[in-house]
Parts: sequence; structure tokens; C-alpha cells
Amino acid sequence: MSVQRWTRVSLLFSGATAGIVVILALVPFWFGPNTTEKLTELFVLIILAAMWNALAGYAGLVSIGQQAFIGIGAYAVIVFTDHGINGYVAVVLAALFSGLISLPISLLVFRLRGGQFAIGTWVVAEIFRLLVTNDQSIGGGTGRSLDALNIYAPADRQAYTYWVALALMTALMLASFVLLRSRLGGALQAIRDDERAAESVGVPVARAKRIVFLLAAVGCGAAGAITMANTLTVTPDSIFGIQWTAYMIFMVLLGGLGTFEGPVLGALVLFGVQQEFQGSGSWYLVGLGAVAIAVTLVFPRGLWGALVDRFNIRLMPVGHTLRTLVSRRSES
Amino acid sequence: MPSDSQALTARGLSKRFGALRVLDDITLDVVGTSAVGIVGPNGAGKTTLLDLLAGATPADSGSVSLSGRDVSGLGAAARCRLGIGRTHQVPRPFGGMTVFENILVAATMGGRLRGSSANDNSLRALDATGMLELGNRRADTLGLLDRKRLELARALATGPSVLLLDEIAAGLTEPETDELVEHIKQLHAAGLTIIWIEHVVHALLRVAERLICLASGTIIADGGPQAVMNDPAVVDAYLGSAV
Repeated sequence: MSVQRWTRVSLLFSGATAGIVVILALVPFWFGPNTTEKLTELFVLIILAAMWNALAGYAGLVSIGQQAFIGIGAYAVIVFTDHGINGYVAVVLAALFSGLISLPISLLVFRLRGGQFAIGTWVVAEIFRLLVTNDQSIGGGTGRSLDALNIYAPADRQAYTYWVALALMTALMLASFVLLRSRLGGALQAIRDDERAAESVGVPVARAKRIVFLLAAVGCGAAGAITMANTLTVTPDSIFGIQWTAYMIFMVLLGGLGTFEGPVLGALVLFGVQQEFQGSGSWYLVGLGAVAIAVTLVFPRGLWGALVDRFNIRLMPVGHTLRTLVSRRSES
Repeated sequence: MPSDSQALTARGLSKRFGALRVLDDITLDVVGTSAVGIVGPNGAGKTTLLDLLAGATPADSGSVSLSGRDVSGLGAAARCRLGIGRTHQVPRPFGGMTVFENILVAATMGGRLRGSSANDNSLRALDATGMLELGNRRADTLGLLDRKRLELARALATGPSVLLLDEIAAGLTEPETDELVEHIKQLHAAGLTIIWIEHVVHALLRVAERLICLASGTIIADGGPQAVMNDPAVVDAYLGSAV
């Protein structure tokens, strides 16, 4: 009897993923700013999906207020560059700053559970939106543009932004993989399934939640900061908007809540739908809703969940399998 | 009796829920490696007592010590890490995880083990409760007996010195109960201190060396199992509650 985590398939896949990252790093040499701008948007979606999944899918923290950290990340870039910090250094600092802000927020929202927690996080996001809207030094309700990156030629800038986004996405995906694979990952799932029972087996509930909340805040802050560098302009209503949460839920439910791979798949689907139908006005939103309803009805555990059920594959193994039992299970 | 043989001690534990006094000044000494059964009519405060000992509910007053160390200020998770394991009356599996992962969480968090020692300890807990074959099953697909066995395995994996069992035989058939009793007997023989609340008295009597009867939040009898069962106050409490 042995405990299995990696399989040949998952080892191969992880190697392939490293290869894909290398290839992605070369994209700016082959394609123009249009492509890298689009791919940067995709990286943002992947980060957001992975972070919301770590929160809701693994730790059971259904937040509908992660746009608070997206907005804090974006505006932190503006504030840092106003103080003379290089634009790309500011992007990284903004992500970390967003994480820092999440710690006092966690003291407030962790007093709430379930639906109250969800609404509480939304309230926090709205408070930040209002604070920023009323602060004229960062543009108030009309927003601001990011001038610090104008020191680069536009083509170079787009490539640099792309590389920073790729690096941050890779780092965040690795961090969440390591976190969810560690013993803390198991503790988080235990909290998700039954918080009191988790306490009864020794899980330090508040600390475990705080760590994943911090990771998600850094990730969402990075997503906001990258978006800032990619679009060069921001308004509080859009960057602190609830639509970010709608996208996160869409991607994670579509791909497979509580699977490591699913949200990436969900991000690819959302990105594809956006590229295809974004010009079609409100029909685009109708389409998104229809796709979400159809997928959740046909595949309640998401696209990736359905694949796992059917083929029993795991590409990025965060779980555990008892070895001699594998054959027995597939027989039954 | 030397104090270092006291596995678990409660002094003056009281708990109210609103106007209802559930436990009133409970004092209890449990000697290391003993098996204590707790009986009492419904509403006597048995589960509340277990919750206070485990730290799942804060006591209004009184103290709890584990091997002479005061743990009154600690929550359930910290007490578990110090050696108080418990099962729940209504099983509370981590439904989205496999049986093995359920137990592994207990071993890594409550037992503070890592790597292969966590794996080995979890496999031992699976084996001790006869669940090895179910290791890869999602816990929410288990039936009642397996859920109860999972409660036991999970508590064991935390490496407890004191094990609190809350009506682990309730709802099981005779053969299922017999099987669980065998597991518990072996654990007791291996040196674990056991405090077991149970309505299924004949199961309890096969393990318990000492019996305590709770009624209306106070201890009305405490001693050898037969003596307690024959105590007029105990008979009264049960008949009076129309069980």
C-alpha cells in the first residue's frame, strides 16, 4: 500500500507546461502588440480564475468582493508611479500591497460565514470603490491614466507588460499549486466541507483561511495591476466592478470548482467567447449566461470535473491516491 | 492516586444556553488508560459535556486539564493537537475529500505529522478501523457505519491520548455495533484513555470499567458499571424520562 501523488501523465503534463511557458515567453518576438495585448488579458483571466477557485473551491470562502483587490492593485500602480517608482516594479509592488491590505480586511470578513461572508466582501469592495471615487488626487470618479510607462516605445511596452504578466501568472499558479498540494491544502478543503469538524481534528481554521485569502488578494492585486499596465487607463466603476466576480464564477464553475486544472480551462473558454462575441453587444452577455447554464446542467462538476469522472486523469495532482486500490476502484 | 496519572480532569464545569442550565458544576477525574462510559437520559447534557471537554463549546465557568496541563483557554483545534481526539454523534465527514485524505488532514494537523510518517499513520488509522479498502472513496458516498468508522479513524489519526466518543453506536445494527466495539476494545487495550457517551448501554458495558450517569446537568452516579446501573437514582432518571 503506497500513497500516490504524481502519475506518469501528470509528470509529462507538468513538463509540457514548462515547455508551454517557454514558448509563451517567445511570443513577443513572433507576434505584434495586438496578440500580446490579447494574451495578457488571457493571463489576467487565468490568474483570477485560479485565485477564486483557491478561495471558493478549496477553502469554501465564496467571496464576491475580490474586485476590491483588483482595484487596489490597479490604483496602487498609479500611486507608486506617482512617487517615482518604475512602472513594472510598481506592478509587482502593487500585488504585494494588495496582499498587505487583505490582512486587516480578513479580520472583519472572517467574522462572517457563508452568504454573509459573500455579501460582506462585496460591501468591502464597494467601500473601496467609493473611497477611490471621492479621492481627487487619484482622479476621482473619472479615473486616471498611467503615464509612467510612456517612457517605453509602445511596441516595447506591450512586450514588457506581456512578460511581466506571464511571469506573475506563472509564479501565482506555482504558488497556488504548492499551497494546495501542501498539508494546508487538505486543511482548507476540510474547512470548506465542515469547519467545526476541521477544528476537531486540529486544523487552525483562522490561520489557514487567512493564508489563502492573502494569496488570493496578491493574485487579484496582480491581475488589477497587470490590467492597469495593459490598458493604461482605469476608472473606479470598472476596476471595482462586480463583473469581475461574475467572470470568476463563470470560469471556475464552467471549468470545475475545486479542481486545479478546471479554472484554467474555464478561463480559456471565457477568453474564446469574449474574442468571438464581444462586439455583439448584449447578445454576448446572453450567450455567456446560456453557456454557463448549459454547462452546469450537463456537467454539474464542470468541464474538467466531467473529464476526471470519465477518464480519471489528473494533470496537476493536488490530491492523494492509495496505489493498490486504483485497479480495484476502476473495476467497480 | 498520583496526579500524573490523571489523563483528563474537569473542575466545576457549567454551561447555560439562555435560561436553560445544561451543565451544573461538573467535576470529573479520568485516570490514564481507563475507559469511562457516560450514560443518561436525553437532554441530560452528555454531548454538551463532551463539547466542553473537547473545547468545541466554551464553558461558562470551570476548568479542563489534560495530563495536568490547564487547557481551559484553548479552542478545539489546539486541544486536539495536545491530545484530545473526538468523534461526533452525527458524523461530520469532509465530503469532498477521499476517505484517506480525510484521515491525512487529521494526521498532519492534529497529529502534526509530515510526509511519510503522516501517510503511514493515516494508513494505520485506516487499518485499525477496517477501512483500508475504502481509502479512495469520496467521503460523501459512505453509508452510516462507514461514516462512523471514519469519525473514529480520523480521531485516531490525530494521535490522541484521550479519545471522546459521542454515541458512536447510535443507529447501527447489532453486528455493526459489535464490529465497532471490537475496534474500540483494541484501542483501549493499546493504552488509549476513552470517554464514551452512549445510549446503547450493552455496547458500552463491554468496554467501560467505570460508568457515570448524568441527569439534568449533574452527575447522579459514578462508579463500577453494575453498581451504577442498579443505582435507584439512575433507574429513576431513566424511568422518569420515559426512555
